[in-house]
Amino acid sequence: MNEKTEIIAEPDVKMVTFTIDGKEVTAPDRTFLIKVAREHNIEIPTLCYNEHLEPYGVCRMCIVEVTRNGRRRIVTACNYPVTEGIVVETRNERIINNRKLLLEMMMARHSEVEVIRNLAKEYGVDTIRFKEQPSEECILCGLCVRVCNDLVGAHALCFAQRGPERYVTTPYDVESDTCIGCGACYHVCPTNHIKMEQMDGLSVVYGDVSLGPDKPIHIDFMQAVPATPWIDQKSCIHFQTDGCGICSEVCPTDAIHYDMKDEIVEVEAGNIIVTSGFKGFDPSPMYQFGYGRLPQVMTSIEFEKLSNAGGSTGGKLLTPDGRTPEAVAIVHCIGSRDKNYNEYCSRICCMQSLKFSHLIREKTGAEVYQCYIDMRCFGKGYEEFYSRVLSEDVHFIRGKVSEVTDFSPDGLPEGKVLIKVEDTLLGIVREIPVDMVILSVGIEPQVGAQDLKQKLRISVSPDSFFLERHPKLAPVATATEGVFIAGCAQGPKDIPDTVAQANAAAAAVLQAIAQGEVMLEPITAEVMEEQCTGCETCLSVCPYEAITKDEEKGIAVINDALCKGCGTCVAACPSGAIKQWGFDREQIIAEIDAVLADIAV
Amino acid sequence: MAELEVVEEKETGTAPTTGRFEPKIVAFLCTWCSYTGADLAGTARMEYPPNFIPIRVMCSGRVDPEFIFKAFRDGADGVAVCGCHPGDCHYISGNFKTMSRMPIVKRYLEQMGLEPERFRLEWISAAEGEKFQQVATEMTEQVRKLGPLNWNETVETQ
Repeated sequence: MNEKTEIIAEPDVKMVTFTIDGKEVTAPDRTFLIKVAREHNIEIPTLCYNEHLEPYGVCRMCIVEVTRNGRRRIVTACNYPVTEGIVVETRNERIINNRKLLLEMMMARHSEVEVIRNLAKEYGVDTIRFKEQPSEECILCGLCVRVCNDLVGAHALCFAQRGPERYVTTPYDVESDTCIGCGACYHVCPTNHIKMEQMDGLSVVYGDVSLGPDKPIHIDFMQAVPATPWIDQKSCIHFQTDGCGICSEVCPTDAIHYDMKDEIVEVEAGNIIVTSGFKGFDPSPMYQFGYGRLPQVMTSIEFEKLSNAGGSTGGKLLTPDGRTPEAVAIVHCIGSRDKNYNEYCSRICCMQSLKFSHLIREKTGAEVYQCYIDMRCFGKGYEEFYSRVLSEDVHFIRGKVSEVTDFSPDGLPEGKVLIKVEDTLLGIVREIPVDMVILSVGIEPQVGAQDLKQKLRISVSPDSFFLERHPKLAPVATATEGVFIAGCAQGPKDIPDTVAQANAAAAAVLQAIAQGEVMLEPITAEVMEEQCTGCETCLSVCPYEAITKDEEKGIAVINDALCKGCGTCVAACPSGAIKQWGFDREQIIAEIDAVLADIAV
Repeated sequence: MAELEVVEEKETGTAPTTGRFEPKIVAFLCTWCSYTGADLAGTARMEYPPNFIPIRVMCSGRVDPEFIFKAFRDGADGVAVCGCHPGDCHYISGNFKTMSRMPIVKRYLEQMGLEPERFRLEWISAAEGEKFQQVATEMTEQVRKLGPLNWNETVETQ
């Protein structure tokens, strides 16, 4: 079919010079002609060529005239290796006439296929002298079969029959169980004969709109830091069939290595700043709001994704059925200030909801209904923004939404839902049909914060966020020396507050680093040599392994730098030979005495 | 409240001012969890009986059984030991030591003829101001019901 030729130029491959459409070009010897032509922006039409696949030479559209050693011939550019001194003409009269004939034949059989029609139009083919047949979508270019076999390695497609009977199918015409649903055949098909929605019932997903599987190699979202793409091994063809490998082939910096694995890196650090962040409250248990049940209901985080220019709709605000909304309700305090869920105020949601109203008014002009308990606009410039949104004709309803429903006895327009809310300022219950409901969800401690708490030996406050050592005097330090907290790990807060706190935590760490010395607790324990019997009880109870036995003296010795002063050894010592500075036996006994002083024994 | 009033009627108190028995309970609190929890109860202005008197130790593991016996000998009507929840100890495993020591202490005290309600081991985290308040109130009321600790009497009756 074709000669095996190295496409990529190796250093020792000799370069050849030849003429293409009157232009002198240089290319590595025996490169396929179409590749050289494309590099020099000379367009050669083709239907069956893909640069990642071996050329096939079946559609014949890429025919060009080559003069070699004085002999003129018509060859297919996709699999013709260039040699020194050839002269190539890609669009002379002879070629155009030949292409016209080819298109005429193709039009007879594929008259409805867009790509063929366009080419026919381009070449001015209007009369068809052949017997016209019912239009077939498949032009038998073989791209799908080749991509599946050569690149993907799934071998889920093949040709069946010969000559005019030839067609693309799965082996033995049965449903192929080797198909991995990668969609490569769908992507390469020039006529859209292969349709993705026919595979696996994959359909449009609202929120993260994607047809078929996501590309396995992607950047998570536009503002991701670091903005480096990553490969999802579950959907990557290479990890399923060992085939493909196009990405590593095309990567100019050779950055893709399939054998790289996740690894655990151990870092020795003297200070830790915990910034484990938050997770958004999951409103699914609040059945009355219909989250997860009604497609019109979304969380504030989902709305943020929708309105983001890098989001699924390119920043357009659309309802699930693809309309521009006419009315949007924003429901405040979902999972915050609610005795059934979290009692605390999540702080950010009021301002976030105001921002949403502003965006919705600006982008769609839809009516916005803000259903709030209290508006808490506490920060710098926040109250001013509230006033601005008020003047943008946003409806503010003081009251909590009791229900979101898709049922109304009077009937609802298609695609709308009804919100029921008591307007406590007017003293009436309002029922408002809207196209979109945004639940302003509260902030909760990050998943796994409990594990982290136990690992770092830090405490949490009653709201389950990490507890600072002192709310005013040590707001970023924790009870554990060297562990600091910042951001939503410590409590709900907005970006300015988070940045301020993070700076404070970094400064506290730098202070410790700059000092170069660590202050030790003065409350360490000490062994009184003359009383110690060397029984080693203390050795077994010390959590820090700070106690060793001096074999020569036969007594226990406490390492001051390791001892944290818990006093467990003091309590355990059967001979009372260990004293803890600050919490010595006599001191505690004196305390007990003082407590019980007014009682006559 | 009704219960409290009943108690008030029954007791022939030792405190002349209130007219009812005011027990003295010594509470050993670990610095990091229980004492901070008590602090939280304070900053949150939660009310708890003044009978529950805290003595701060760095870790509940520091509480030598001797302190408990000494407190009872010197006339305390109850003793509480409070530490971090298991797994949360600031000193990794101090409260596990407490956890294994205190049941022995409790058993010993019971063998000496002491009512089990007079001694309590509780886990109170830094976030549990409310639990501290509840433990303090509950224990005070329990001990108030039992009346003053009288070694001779209890030993005879048991």
